[in-house]
Amino acid sequence: MTGAPLLEVEDLRVRFHLRTGTVEAVRGVSFSLGRERLGIVGESGSGKSQTARALLGLTPPPGEVTARRLTFDGIDLLKASRRTLRSLRGGRMAMVMQDPKYSLNPVMTIGKQMVETYLAHARAGKREAREKALAMLEAVRLRDPERVFSLYPHEVSGGMGQRVMIAMMLITDPDFLIADEPTSALDVTVQQEVLRILDGLVAERGMGLIFISHDLRLVSSFCDRVLVMYGGKVMEELASGDLSSAQHPYTRGLMNCLPSISGSSHPLPTLERDPEWAK
Amino acid sequence: MMIDIRDLSIVFGTGRLRVEAVKNFSLEVEEGEAFGLVGESGSGKSTVLRAICGLAPVARGSIAIAGAPVKTPRDQKFYATVQMVFQDPYGSLHPRQTVDRILSEPLSIHGLRDQDRRIVAALEEVGLGPGYRFRYPHQLSGGQRQRVAIARALILNPKVVLLDEPTSALDASVQAEILNLLERLRAERGLTYVLVSHDLAVVTHLCRRLLVMRNGEMIELTDAETLRRGEPQSPYTRELIQATRGFRRGTAPAST
Repeated sequence: MTGAPLLEVEDLRVRFHLRTGTVEAVRGVSFSLGRERLGIVGESGSGKSQTARALLGLTPPPGEVTARRLTFDGIDLLKASRRTLRSLRGGRMAMVMQDPKYSLNPVMTIGKQMVETYLAHARAGKREAREKALAMLEAVRLRDPERVFSLYPHEVSGGMGQRVMIAMMLITDPDFLIADEPTSALDVTVQQEVLRILDGLVAERGMGLIFISHDLRLVSSFCDRVLVMYGGKVMEELASGDLSSAQHPYTRGLMNCLPSISGSSHPLPTLERDPEWAK
Repeated sequence: MMIDIRDLSIVFGTGRLRVEAVKNFSLEVEEGEAFGLVGESGSGKSTVLRAICGLAPVARGSIAIAGAPVKTPRDQKFYATVQMVFQDPYGSLHPRQTVDRILSEPLSIHGLRDQDRRIVAALEEVGLGPGYRFRYPHQLSGGQRQRVAIARALILNPKVVLLDEPTSALDASVQAEILNLLERLRAERGLTYVLVSHDLAVVTHLCRRLLVMRNGEMIELTDAETLRRGEPQSPYTRELIQATRGFRRGTAPAST
């Protein structure tokens, strides 16, 4: 973690102008990211995914993104040409989505998709791309990479599919990875394994990671820092494993309303939302 | 005994495609008890619930509700006793029907009169005002939809409610509200619950006894107190407990 941060975000706003009025999904989010693991937690509608999408320039139309500052390694993402953005996305910045079932191309073999990704960003021959793809499949600890390489996405399980997604996103050696609920569609035990793989690769390659999830416990155990979002705003920033010292009533409420094996109160405390938070 | 399942086997497909989704499954649930079924996808936990309702092909074994073996196909009396709440409140409500229509259908099928009063009362019970009565599902949030699904299950005054992952599609704060609602309704009406979930914390919150399943087999019959003390028998249950506590760095490398 030396020098300038990898990513700097200042006063990021995402607006949707609809017939019924303007909806501001992200309302002035600021943070910077070095080569570290940053978690963003929030419930549905908190703007966490829209924040991530805006960083990659993937805000769906008619969404409008503004920011005082939005730079990646010194490149102004708001002023960058489409061409620059295209080469950055999938190359130096990558994103792992929630559900491998919907994010992999169903009519292309896994190997072909990976090779395509690699060739789109690196000057390399087909053979090199193939070797690289197989090496990546091995790096995410898939048994028999040759076989997985020739399979179609529907032929692999959810956990395998998510590992394929991670392999495919990391094949171009990105500096910065966004993982949007990468394990929410997976079983709990598989989840641990996928996280372990992701964790190892991020540490090994010194990437910056933004990990988005609704699961406060998971994020705080996985990341170095956590941003808690509500209503498009950052409520509070926490150091990892420091959940117990959370100050904001929203964070505390989110934590308390989770049942726990070691005993929880009956009835569970519910979350009282204060309209002041969203102001 | 409210629910008595003996040596149940459920088989899908034939020949090469034959899959035994549930193997030699037995279960006894007392009246008024909340019982949990825990497992990952493919463990057969939902299939057991579906089999009780007659929605899965039973190859062997017997199912009895309140001492009487169930009929195949299930008759009206069965559905007046046993109702089910599904996982996805987005998929389980008819998108083109208002809440009023959704709730009046079971009443009409069972020939119950006084629909107006019953619908208002059912909505009230799940914490929705009469203002929600003529809305469509898309005008409701996920938690409100799940409340409507619960109201639909309870409007026939059943004794047994089968809950298939009732909160896993919901946000944490909404999950707490629904869990509280389910707990209150059980206490007030003396309902018997079978709760299926992959989340051990949710199951131990609501249920005293629970069964851990994997690959269609029964792994461990245990109770919330044992898990609280951290003394489960099987390593698989321990793994599940570990997973609810979040991520731990430097644990043993897993194999594929």
